[in-house]
Amino acid sequence: MASAPDLSQLNWVTTRVDAALGWARKFSIFQYPFVTACCGMEYMATATSHYDMDRFGAGFPRFSPRQADVLFVVGTISQKMAPVLRRVYDQMAEPKWVVAFGVCTCTGGFYDDYTTVLGIDTIMPVDVYIPGCPPRPENVLDGLMKLQDKIAQGAGTTLAAGLSVRPPELQVPHRPDAHL
Amino acid sequence: MPALAHTVQAKFASQLIATQRYREQETAVIHREGLLPIARWLKSDAAMSFDFLMDISAVDYLKFGRTLSSAPTLKTPSPLPYYMTPKPTAETWQRGVSNDDYRFDVVYHLFSSRHAHRLRLRIPLTSADPVVDSLTGIWASANWYEREIWDMFGIRFTGHPNLRRILLYEEFQGHPLRKDYPINKRQPILKTPANAANSP
Repeated sequence: MASAPDLSQLNWVTTRVDAALGWARKFSIFQYPFVTACCGMEYMATATSHYDMDRFGAGFPRFSPRQADVLFVVGTISQKMAPVLRRVYDQMAEPKWVVAFGVCTCTGGFYDDYTTVLGIDTIMPVDVYIPGCPPRPENVLDGLMKLQDKIAQGAGTTLAAGLSVRPPELQVPHRPDAHL
Repeated sequence: MPALAHTVQAKFASQLIATQRYREQETAVIHREGLLPIARWLKSDAAMSFDFLMDISAVDYLKFGRTLSSAPTLKTPSPLPYYMTPKPTAETWQRGVSNDDYRFDVVYHLFSSRHAHRLRLRIPLTSADPVVDSLTGIWASANWYEREIWDMFGIRFTGHPNLRRILLYEEFQGHPLRKDYPINKRQPILKTPANAANSP
């Protein structure tokens, strides 16, 4: 004689699967480095043996966005480059995450001109911001660990096309008459 | 060291506006009508043989020198060190052209690998008619420089084989290194709600 299924038991099983998935994903980050500028040197320093990003399971860059989980945007993005970057992001399969590496990708940095995108979060969602010009490798590893925490908490944390919310310390008011 | 700019002056007196010499750097300010004959002569003459066009650039003097605080450096070098040189005044600044419409300079840097000497040519242009002859037929390296100047300053080069934007995208409106281009004006190709606030 079958009894009614114990829902709490099923819920318990489901959450454990999610946790196991998150745990597996956070240690097998296949990254797509989109390197455009000087931050790339610091990215390389972090990726290679001295700091060894591979300790965190993120040592294997994939050069096809379709095989990548995390998009590392490393360096200044110009208006001309923005459609290319957005297309790379759109080509990545879910679940996917985005790391803004360096202050140019966070806010535009000291570029406030006709040609620079003022933060890649104006054109795509961002999960982790790593400010710095360029950020130290320790800073990058800290950002990577924060990303791992985010992945472990659950897949699909990336916001939909509505774009992410900038952390308060990175919010810069637009001043159209700043040059006057 | 022979005064190169004076040689140009002796040969092309009608096309020459002024000569300048500052710390062994020689400049000839010329009318744009004289550019092609002077350039051909500078390249072919044995004593000149400027075989290398190192750079072409442009300057927008929209407000430069119109006020005392922004007056440029003295035309003639001072015997005093730079930190003792008297503060320049607006009157010391003579553009060499009397036209009030004067706005741009196109600047050419030439180098001779045979004689290891250099010469700078400056051509003043007006804002109403910023056009100058292309040097692509004489030095091939002029091609991309002139495209860049068209892209950034909107100065046209007659006779250029392919005068398109070289750095910016075709959709871009205006020329961003002109002094009257709004410094905060952005023209994103990829338009989103988030960057619409900064766009025109």
